Amino acid sequence: MKALSIIRGAAVAATIAASTAAFAIDNLKVMVPANPGGGWDSTGRALAAAMQSAGSVKSVQIDNKGGAAGTIGLAQFVNSSKGDPNAIMIGGMVMVGGIIQNKSAVDLSMVTPLARLTEEYLVVVVPASSPHKTMKDLLAAFKANPGSISWGGGSAGGSDHILAGMLANAVGVEGGKVNYVPFKGGGEAVSAVIGGHVAAGISGVSEFAQHIASGKMRALGVSAPAKQGAIPSLKEQGYDVVLGNWRGVFGAPGITTAQRDALIKAIEAGVKSKVWEESLKKNEWMNTWLAGDDYKKFIDSDVKRIGDILAGLGLGKK
Amino acid sequence: MEVFDLLMQGFQVAMQPKNLLWCLIGVTFGTAVGVLPGIGPAVAIALLLPITSKLDPSGALIMFAGIYYGAMYGGSTTSILLNTPGESATIVTAMEGNQMAKRGRAGPALCTAAVGSFVAGTIATVLLTLLAPQVVDIAIKFGPPEYFALMVLAFVTVSAVLGDSTLRGLTALFIGLGIGVVGIENESGQARYVMGIPQLADGIEVVTVAVGLFAVGETFYNASKLNHVADTIERVKGSILMTADDWKRSWKPWLRGTAIGFPFGAMPAGGAEIPTFLSYATEKKLAKHPEEFGKGAIEGVAGPEAANNASSTGVMVPLLTLGLPTSATAAILLAAFQQYGLQPGPLLFETNAPLVWGLIASFYVGNIMLLILNLPLIGIWIKLLEIPKPQLYAGILVFATMGVYGMRQSPFDVFLLYVIGLLGFLMRRYGFPTAPVIVGMILGPLAESQLRRSLSISQGDPWVFLQRPISGTILVITVLLVVGPWVWRKVKNTQPAA
Repeated sequence: MKALSIIRGAAVAATIAASTAAFAIDNLKVMVPANPGGGWDSTGRALAAAMQSAGSVKSVQIDNKGGAAGTIGLAQFVNSSKGDPNAIMIGGMVMVGGIIQNKSAVDLSMVTPLARLTEEYLVVVVPASSPHKTMKDLLAAFKANPGSISWGGGSAGGSDHILAGMLANAVGVEGGKVNYVPFKGGGEAVSAVIGGHVAAGISGVSEFAQHIASGKMRALGVSAPAKQGAIPSLKEQGYDVVLGNWRGVFGAPGITTAQRDALIKAIEAGVKSKVWEESLKKNEWMNTWLAGDDYKKFIDSDVKRIGDILAGLGLGKK
Repeated sequence: MEVFDLLMQGFQVAMQPKNLLWCLIGVTFGTAVGVLPGIGPAVAIALLLPITSKLDPSGALIMFAGIYYGAMYGGSTTSILLNTPGESATIVTAMEGNQMAKRGRAGPALCTAAVGSFVAGTIATVLLTLLAPQVVDIAIKFGPPEYFALMVLAFVTVSAVLGDSTLRGLTALFIGLGIGVVGIENESGQARYVMGIPQLADGIEVVTVAVGLFAVGETFYNASKLNHVADTIERVKGSILMTADDWKRSWKPWLRGTAIGFPFGAMPAGGAEIPTFLSYATEKKLAKHPEEFGKGAIEGVAGPEAANNASSTGVMVPLLTLGLPTSATAAILLAAFQQYGLQPGPLLFETNAPLVWGLIASFYVGNIMLLILNLPLIGIWIKLLEIPKPQLYAGILVFATMGVYGMRQSPFDVFLLYVIGLLGFLMRRYGFPTAPVIVGMILGPLAESQLRRSLSISQGDPWVFLQRPISGTILVITVLLVVGPWVWRKVKNTQPAA
């Protein structure tokens, strides 16, 4: 019987642990719809830290659920967080593309837009050992034999994939011929590039930055309107390709306007903190704060814009 | 010996009283996290991150690392005693470990798991200390074709878990493959076998299936026979610690498990499950008494436990040398570094040598602490088995339900758990092995993903698998494993005639 009480004790302990995680008012649940190590993951963690430093939340529980351009995490968020005023989800442009391309059963109209946080530009890299020294070299090889250049990046239909398609467009290669290899989350893509398993890599500047700095990757161009640090923009190299990958926050389906505004306020307090400022600097994100109804309008128009890009590139039709 | 000097400096950091205390707190908490189902080390560390932001970085990181490998020690306990693996890395441990427990040998099973974890953790830490940069260079060479070749090797060696009837084993394997493809597929983002149920779009968690088949299925099975057969669980027979024979049978599996687990942990897409399967298969192949497998062979606990612990230390290699997180827990550890403005990578070894080496030194200290902590606990744990059968199985059901619910707080998962439990019951009732289901479920989707990536990169050329030296070598080994024994038998049989 003593032993039984051990089981019971353990059971009670586990229940307590589970219930503090699920029901405490001061506990913010953050759904990161990507595997650890990627851009959404660092956004979620940085935002959580900033909100904690600003005192707008006490504790944070981060849940990673990667794959399929975030639609797997979105589906879980829609299903499991309905009406929960303490749950938020990180999302962004990648998810907009993913929903269209995957014909996802869940979409962004089912969640509550809270705020756009940042925009980040993408960088095209090659492994340090690559024969391609410049963007021109890479794209010349790509044009000559599109299949020979494998592009490694995030989920199919995501911003990395879209940029590959836009580059194909710029040099007159058919979108359908782009040899794109999707990896789950940022970590795996990084090692595929460093290990030379793909010919080129595309990702957010922050995800590749330290590997570019350490010399394991060579940066050939950024998708910004102008050069970023030492990396020239695609535009100034003669390719009319500009693509900003925005990231933002969504609330659970079915929360009230008051609950939405309370969440926006808590997020805004975090975004105004010093901790957030440091994260922006460290990750080279641009602060492009846009909240509430304006953010919702922006998303509606972006859904259309990205739909057009994907369809034009032959990525959206299936 | 520059490394040696640095390590000694590291020990000076790790042996400071306050850091020893953090290490002890970490490994103790980690053991508890490992024992409790539903809470993994990643969640535990994530919950602690905010409260530790004011701590000194070395102390906090030493504690976090302690939680991580402490959980690996604790995870085997519920697998062995209750057949309820708390995480995917300890599923294999449940297979032989629980059989041992049923035969009154829970003590030696827990003991070989603890000592094996210690041996593996310590050797892996030595490898981390000496070889980290070289190991990571090799690990990075593994691209999609190499991973696919590894999956093929794993599939082939898996015959070791198929049981006595190949047909039944393969049937179970294909059930697993079928369960594995449920959900939104990664390469194209298409939904498969979701049947309009949005919860299935997430795929099915492997732990849910393992707990359903092993714990719930077996509970149903035992409940159905409760009034017909005499109680067959032997409480505790013989010594609760390992006998001389147990030691003799365990030390080689520990070393082999370490050799298999460490490189897998260091690989960016390696994981902790595949090395445990490979270790199990290896031990069954090499065992003097392969017929004991499935009935509680100690080698089947010793090897996989060493493998999963070595792999968890291996994960530190790409994390510390490249800043590359290869598991959920590693990603949280990366966030912990970043919380203090530290960026893991080659530069960290130069700019923060005392911290990095202090952390590595703390692995040695923590492993010793875990051994001291876990061995006396064995005596307490095995008392669990003295609970009368109906109460014990009721407890297992409660534990299993709670753990599965705790993972995603999803009632649908609990429903799924019992559906799978029913499947497990039917499989047991009609003599199908359940382990191949798990194997198929884990390996199937991984193999598919790597195959498709490989063929995409090679533009559809299947020769890529043979042209690349590493994947070619692995495939040749695989073929030898299949054909070798058959040829060997032929040669042996023809010789006397000639």
